[in-house]
Amino acid sequence: MRTRSAILLAFVVLAGSAKAEMPQECLVARPLLEESNHLPKAAAAIAAKRLTVLVLGAGSSSLPGPAGAEMAYPARLKAALQAALPGVAVTLATDVTARRTAVQMADLLAGDVKRARPDLIVWQTGTVDAMQGVDPDLFNQALDRGIAAAKAGGADMILINAQYSPRTESMIALSTYVEVMRWVAVQHEIPMLDRFAIMKLWSDLGTFDLYSATKALDTAGQVHNCIGQLLSALIVDAVKPEEPPKGGQ
Amino acid sequence: MAPVTSERDLRLDLFRGIALWLIFLDHIPSNAVSWITIRNYGFSDATEIFVFISGYTAAFVYGRAMRQHGFIVAAARILRRAWQIYVAHVFLFAIYLAEIAYVAHSFSNPLFTEEMGVLDFLRNPDVTIIQALLLKFKPVNMDVLPLYIMLLVGFAPALWLLLRAPSLALIASAALYVLMDIFGWNIAAYPSGVWLFNPFAWQLLFVFGAWCALGGAKRLAWFISSRVTLALAVAYLGFAFFVAMTWYFPRLAPYLPRIIGDNIYPIDKTNLDVLRILHFFALAVITVNFVPRDWPALRTPWAEPAIICGQHSLAIFCLGVFLAFAGHFVFTEVSNRLLTHVIVSVSGIAIMVATAALLTWYRNVERGPRPPAARPGFAGGDA
Repeated sequence: MRTRSAILLAFVVLAGSAKAEMPQECLVARPLLEESNHLPKAAAAIAAKRLTVLVLGAGSSSLPGPAGAEMAYPARLKAALQAALPGVAVTLATDVTARRTAVQMADLLAGDVKRARPDLIVWQTGTVDAMQGVDPDLFNQALDRGIAAAKAGGADMILINAQYSPRTESMIALSTYVEVMRWVAVQHEIPMLDRFAIMKLWSDLGTFDLYSATKALDTAGQVHNCIGQLLSALIVDAVKPEEPPKGGQ
Repeated sequence: MAPVTSERDLRLDLFRGIALWLIFLDHIPSNAVSWITIRNYGFSDATEIFVFISGYTAAFVYGRAMRQHGFIVAAARILRRAWQIYVAHVFLFAIYLAEIAYVAHSFSNPLFTEEMGVLDFLRNPDVTIIQALLLKFKPVNMDVLPLYIMLLVGFAPALWLLLRAPSLALIASAALYVLMDIFGWNIAAYPSGVWLFNPFAWQLLFVFGAWCALGGAKRLAWFISSRVTLALAVAYLGFAFFVAMTWYFPRLAPYLPRIIGDNIYPIDKTNLDVLRILHFFALAVITVNFVPRDWPALRTPWAEPAIICGQHSLAIFCLGVFLAFAGHFVFTEVSNRLLTHVIVSVSGIAIMVATAALLTWYRNVERGPRPPAARPGFAGGDA
């Protein structure tokens, strides 16, 4: 327990330069937002005082129940962006449906872009692909296709990979898909929110108990709130004109 | 001294035993102890060792059978072995079903609604169980045995050729690997995708192991013991180690020239990437140079636990898969502290060793005590 607290403290100190309003438990993962690639379209939109964000995702971009939509990370992202970018009109569009693979979503992307005209697309994928054992090559190609469609539509893109889900770890082989997404992000020089690594860190440090069997939304809501906050921090870092600062050191 | 080919090389049992331990450690998700396994320090992992040694011992056992009793008898024995492995695979699947059914009834969390969808196949067992019996539906970590089955099913003709024209057999195997790469051959899986271990790719390592067992190792001896080869092997392992370090310490990544990064990734496990083969070769060259066949330590009690595990590889492999399920269960239900990881890992290996000792005892009881002269000979291990 003592080592855990020491590590926790180290991370909090490292993350010291981050926004004060971000809850302490989210901050732990702040150093995992590496030096992010630049988001030119989003930067231009923010300079023009109106930013439209589209979240394209599957089941883990939503929470169940009547309060779920407001607690899930897309809504939290919008709130955090509004707070971080005063004077900018932030619009959020979502295309979130459970059980979708990257291939299915890549096909929808062009239509979504036409409808919502986003400056920035946040694309969450990888879980369903791993559950269905989609050929990793096809998964990779689908990501390439989606990124190309975003570029063609004049939008930046951020990828979000799978959640870390300890209970189902022995049933879903996520690692290949998590790695492919990291690699695709590097290749295309676009930012990625490494949700898998972030949630793994939270679980290892005991920040959130991801093992608990519950129907309540408490922990789920906190996790989504932090994901939204971290995503907002990543975007704010990535639209700065200068080189983004190194992990707060 | 008996001719070398009739004497079982205890190094094979030793390293297969160690490979089985490493596979067990790697199979427990998020196991802290798996940091010690070789996959973290280079391109290849214990699977390569396991497949190569399995090819070597299969040729050793069935090659002799084919020479003495002909093609039909040897082929029949190989297929019986494939059947045994199939039965073992189905047994493991039953255990997996039990685990997943338990989780389905005991766990719910709104955060993981999507992930719990993996349990949906329990709702239509008519499809999934048939797909599992057809080796198309393979749960996590249950991909090695179907590969092994396919390799054995195709092994009889390969062995026939290996005994007559070993070089031709090896070239044919390499040609199949190249064709697989060009045409993207693999076997379809359920519900989608392809086999995690592509048999058309991994057969290369299996056939190469068999080729080594049937005299190839002797032919390569000058090459393996050459200083230049050893230096290249060390240099390659060093390179792979550095690349592996960039995965864990992103700050190192800028020191890896971009042209190298652009060319080596992705390092494909499914289709047995050339980089993985080379990494395994480099490990093998160094091992053969530093661990001689008559290494005295092989006969000491220290080597015995790994050797007996290697000699009962099928049973111990299956046990390892089961223990990995059980270990993950302990992490989720009891405790996920570092100490638990260490205890689960160490006791898992202890159970594997104890089981191997029990199997050795059974074998000795059923066969009667072996004459001491036969001790260095074929020890009756699995093919």
